[in-house]
Amino acid sequence: MTEVRRLVVVGASLAGLRAVEAARKTGYDGEIVLIGAEEHLPYDRPPLSKAFLGAADESGALPEVPWFRTEETLRDELGVDVRLGAPATALDTDARLVTVGDDAIAYDALVIATGAHARVLPGTEGLDGVYPLRTLDDSLAVRDKLEAGARTVVIGAGFIGSEIASTARKRGLEATIVEALPTPLVRATGHEMGAAIASLHELNGTTLRCGVGVSAIEGDGKVERVVLADGSAIDADLVVVGIGVIPSVDWLAGSGLTLDNGIVCDENLWTGIPGVYAAGDVANWFNPTLGERQRMENWTAAAEQGAAAARNALDPDNAKAYGTVPYFWSDWYDVRIQFVGSPDADEVRLVDGDPASGGRWVALYRRGDRLIGALTVNGQTEIMKYRVQIMKGGSWDDALAFAETRRRAHEEKLAASV
Amino acid sequence: MKCVTVDFDKCTGLGICESLAPDFFEVNDDGELLLLKAEISDTELQEVEEAVNGCPTEALKIVDQ
Ligand SMILES: Cc1cc2nc3c(=O)[nH]c(=O)nc-3n(C[C@H](O)[C@H](O)[C@H](O)COP(=O)(O)OP(=O)(O)OC[C@H]3O[C@@H](n4cnc5c(N)ncnc54)[C@H](O)[C@@H]3O)c2cc1C
Ligand code: SF4
Repeated sequence: MTEVRRLVVVGASLAGLRAVEAARKTGYDGEIVLIGAEEHLPYDRPPLSKAFLGAADESGALPEVPWFRTEETLRDELGVDVRLGAPATALDTDARLVTVGDDAIAYDALVIATGAHARVLPGTEGLDGVYPLRTLDDSLAVRDKLEAGARTVVIGAGFIGSEIASTARKRGLEATIVEALPTPLVRATGHEMGAAIASLHELNGTTLRCGVGVSAIEGDGKVERVVLADGSAIDADLVVVGIGVIPSVDWLAGSGLTLDNGIVCDENLWTGIPGVYAAGDVANWFNPTLGERQRMENWTAAAEQGAAAARNALDPDNAKAYGTVPYFWSDWYDVRIQFVGSPDADEVRLVDGDPASGGRWVALYRRGDRLIGALTVNGQTEIMKYRVQIMKGGSWDDALAFAETRRRAHEEKLAASV
Repeated sequence: MKCVTVDFDKCTGLGICESLAPDFFEVNDDGELLLLKAEISDTELQEVEEAVNGCPTEALKIVDQ
């Protein structure tokens, strides 16, 4: 095994940044090159559909860009050669070279963290007021329109689309969500809970139209209306397209990596090709904690995988598997939704609260006789207790018994405070 | 002695720290983080480090006191 003297990280976002930081933490003092397609230094994405879209404060200042690190920190403290503004276009795994523009950058170890990009609606290019929401530039464009009081239509009732609708409502603007499927959020939370969470929209004054497709987005230079498959039309000044993401792997065609819903890797985040690892939204890896293959699209996994991939890339002989109980959160209106585990379950049971009355509720997911997932709405004090149980392979019966004691305790507390 | 500190201006109560180091952190009903203890023994260091790295708002730090 040759010693690693140059680590190259492709993708300068969360997973890429955590890879760089973890590499230095191991004591590695060789070269690090960080390649990013965007002009921007690494920034945090979750705020882009939440707080960053919010209105100005009393002093008139809009929310600040959620940068992760300054250029000085990256260059001087972390000793990273940061190359921004041009994508990597090819990988040669025999010669161990990454192509960026006219440069061929050699690596001993490589971490690929190119994430994912937004799916777009064909035929809307060049129409002002129609955006996806994946990047800082997208978010700035959306915020401009919200500032101007745009009537907002969101296409796709996923988490990000729902957050945008919620922000528009908070600003007192009209918001409509159009969703082609009969029930939203099924892939992320299952049927029953998808419908229950979606009811939050109506409760908060957002119109939700499910089971109807979009047939056209019309306007003269800028968007004016969204025409639906049933012939009806919704007036709009802003259309945000939230119909999912595609892993950014085009540049890897012909590289010899296995590409299938992202970059296929083992439980160590290794691609099977010497020196090449993957992390974050682009990685389709085997998650030993749940015993299934997954490609995550969440913050926690991207951060942890970035660090794990770098450590394994620098010391493959002592590689450690990365396993996790997936976790994501989403903030709509004044509600926090949290999910841990997998929604792929044999049974979903509501164990506390009632979605119909709003407020707080908890649902558990069973696979076989095991607890496999948990969903809470405003249940911040509950959710992580289930994550710990899932991590330990806890049983369904134990989880139900635990839920019952928590429910009683909560009731007693409420009664005592009246 | 190593201790963990929380920057409550940054913390948004997401609770990832609680799932990684439940002896140190708990999020309450109002979504606020409670620091259950601060001093870290050698055997606990790894789990607290994981919590520090897992926090999406970078609100946690380990300091020598
Ligand atoms: C608006 C929004 C809200 C979100 N909210 C939440 C939330 O509430 N909770 C949660 O858990 N998660 C949330 N997420 C998901 C989370 O942000 C992602 O999981 C995370 O950003 C993934 O990080 P990553 O580094 O793997 O990929 P990305 O963040 O996608 O970064 C990949 C980077 O690689 C660059 N790149 C791509 N191709 C190349 C190339 N060929 N060469 C060089 N660079 C390249 C891209 O330009 C990009 O900068 C949200 C995401 C978005 C967009
Ligand atoms: S993980 Fe971070 S943000 Fe979340 S509760 Fe813990 S300290 Fe607060």
